[in-house]
Amino acid sequence: MITVQHLIKTYNKGTVKAVNDISFEVKDGELFGLIGPDGAGKSSIFRMLTTLLLPDSGIATVNGYDIVNDFQNIRNHIGYMPGRFSLYQDLTIEENLEFFATVFNTSIEENYDLIKDIYVQIEPFKDRRTGKLSGGMKQKLALCCALIHKPDVLFLDEPTTGVDVVSRREFWDMLKKLKNQGLTILVSTPYMDEAGLCDRIALLQNGQILSIDTPAHIVASFGDILYSLSSPKMYKLLVTMRAYDNMNSCFAFGDSLHLTLKDNSKKDELYSYLKKSDFGEIEINQIMPTIEDCFIKLLKEN
Amino acid sequence: MRSLYFLLEKEFKQMFRSKGLLRTLFIAPIIQLILMPMAANYSVKNISLVIVDHDHSSFSRQLITKVTASGHFRLEAICANTEAALKEIELDKADIAIEIPDKFEQGLVREGSQKINVQVNAIEGVKAGLAGGYLSAILSDFNAELRLHWVQPARFEPAPVISIMPINWYNKFMNYYLFIVPGILVNLITGIGIMQAAFNLVKEKEMGTIEQINVTPIKKQYFILGKLLPFFVLSIVIFTVGLMIGYVFYNVYPVGSFLTMYVSLFAFLFALLGFGLLLSTYSETQQQTMSLAFFFLNVLNMMSGLFTSIESMPQWAKILSGCFPVSHFIKAMRMIMLKGSSLSDISFHLWSMLGVGLVFNTWAILNYRKRS
Repeated sequence: MITVQHLIKTYNKGTVKAVNDISFEVKDGELFGLIGPDGAGKSSIFRMLTTLLLPDSGIATVNGYDIVNDFQNIRNHIGYMPGRFSLYQDLTIEENLEFFATVFNTSIEENYDLIKDIYVQIEPFKDRRTGKLSGGMKQKLALCCALIHKPDVLFLDEPTTGVDVVSRREFWDMLKKLKNQGLTILVSTPYMDEAGLCDRIALLQNGQILSIDTPAHIVASFGDILYSLSSPKMYKLLVTMRAYDNMNSCFAFGDSLHLTLKDNSKKDELYSYLKKSDFGEIEINQIMPTIEDCFIKLLKEN
Repeated sequence: MRSLYFLLEKEFKQMFRSKGLLRTLFIAPIIQLILMPMAANYSVKNISLVIVDHDHSSFSRQLITKVTASGHFRLEAICANTEAALKEIELDKADIAIEIPDKFEQGLVREGSQKINVQVNAIEGVKAGLAGGYLSAILSDFNAELRLHWVQPARFEPAPVISIMPINWYNKFMNYYLFIVPGILVNLITGIGIMQAAFNLVKEKEMGTIEQINVTPIKKQYFILGKLLPFFVLSIVIFTVGLMIGYVFYNVYPVGSFLTMYVSLFAFLFALLGFGLLLSTYSETQQQTMSLAFFFLNVLNMMSGLFTSIESMPQWAKILSGCFPVSHFIKAMRMIMLKGSSLSDISFHLWSMLGVGLVFNTWAILNYRKRS
């Protein structure tokens, strides 16, 4: 269990507020996601909770231990996977794993069942030096090393950044399995599409929490009708739509535009507005909002 | 303690895996120790000499033979006059010019005294001083011989003359290698010790691996100890190899006991590695460490009496030099090597090194934090 109350961390003598009065709670056995763009303060929160960084003020506990006073206890009970790969590149897979097991006074055999599913995938290369592994394999090894001492809480700081789509999928599947084994997991990611895979998420921006809820609730609280527009002339469409006076918000979203209107009763007017210009074939659909839509909406409201 | 064992295992694995590192750590010092004592030599040989002989007598020839036979001088040319000799010095072809006056032999026999004109090129101070010194020694020797052969023994007791007969204790024949080989060995150990201890921790910082270590329950004292011990061992090995090279190539071996020597080495390494560690706690990248270590190594080399004498430094430099473990170790090394000093003789230096080491190590441990 993790509790965070009014946590504040500033850098450069208080001029940069990296974490600005944040409070949240992660329940036992929960997969909790911190979602936010780069610089939102995710890593600072992680470093404080893993006792690497002292907060300016506020209280936080991990498994009931205070992050400032009981840091020794916390270090025994958490697994941490930093955003940057930080295992010894000149040691082999097996040596790294063995080293981190012995550091925690345990052995690979003792907790093998916990890492088995992940470790079997990289075991064929166990004599290869870590520096020569692919990104996905490094990620799996890092997860194994963070798990090898059977932690109660797992901290994963952007574990999927720089990993290919397939490996990302696999990685989230592994997290699901670990969660089912009773681990509490705090994970951060800048990818909004991964947010839906968490039990609950906190959307972060500029060191502040915009919203905390389950992904489904956050999507449900969008509260607006969302349209997706696409045409062969996307840029012209975007410019035209942004000039529309009934437009509430309009963003380019992959190969389409996501649009909300100020007054949804005037939807027919939209068609006539679009017909004034020649866009070729325009496709307009009402769609379900994603977490990213919610995030952009929350950003606008703040 | 168990975690220390695993930390050491890891450090040694990493050390032996880095082939390039081991090669430079071992082979480079060995080559340096073999070659450098020959090159870094204070005793000046091959001083270029030009002679202007106005006399052309048997005496003048004897004098010339004596000077050139000493081995220090190489006769470059015989010049016709003073101007020609000075020209040689100006062109940097000659270091020293001797002018033997006309009627040198005649005057010497008749009047009992003659003056010789010696001109020294003083661009290289040390060389000039030594050349002048050698020459006056040879001349006075020549003088004495002359007296013996030509001057009638005085009927009465001659005026008392104090003649000085220096005896070089501990290094009877002023064997230069006895001085320089321990110096270079200490110099090498200092460089290796500081650099490696400093780099090692910073490497973990730069690679980000320290992040993962810091969240583990490892005690920082163990972690630091695990970092230092491998280089402690490595330095001892290199030192031992260095001693062997000194014996095989230069016949330099300690008069004193090996035990005393290694005890002082332990004290020295304790201080040295602590200093390297301290540097690493203050730097974030290997580049920063490199610059810091380079700066300090330079100061240590110039000011710790490795090659120059501490006694002739100004007061502030003496005090500063007393804070360097290197100064104490080189002193202790020379005492053991040449004099055969015992532990009690070098106790001041031992305690100084341990004291300085304690300060460095405590400072380093306090400055290294697992949390920021």
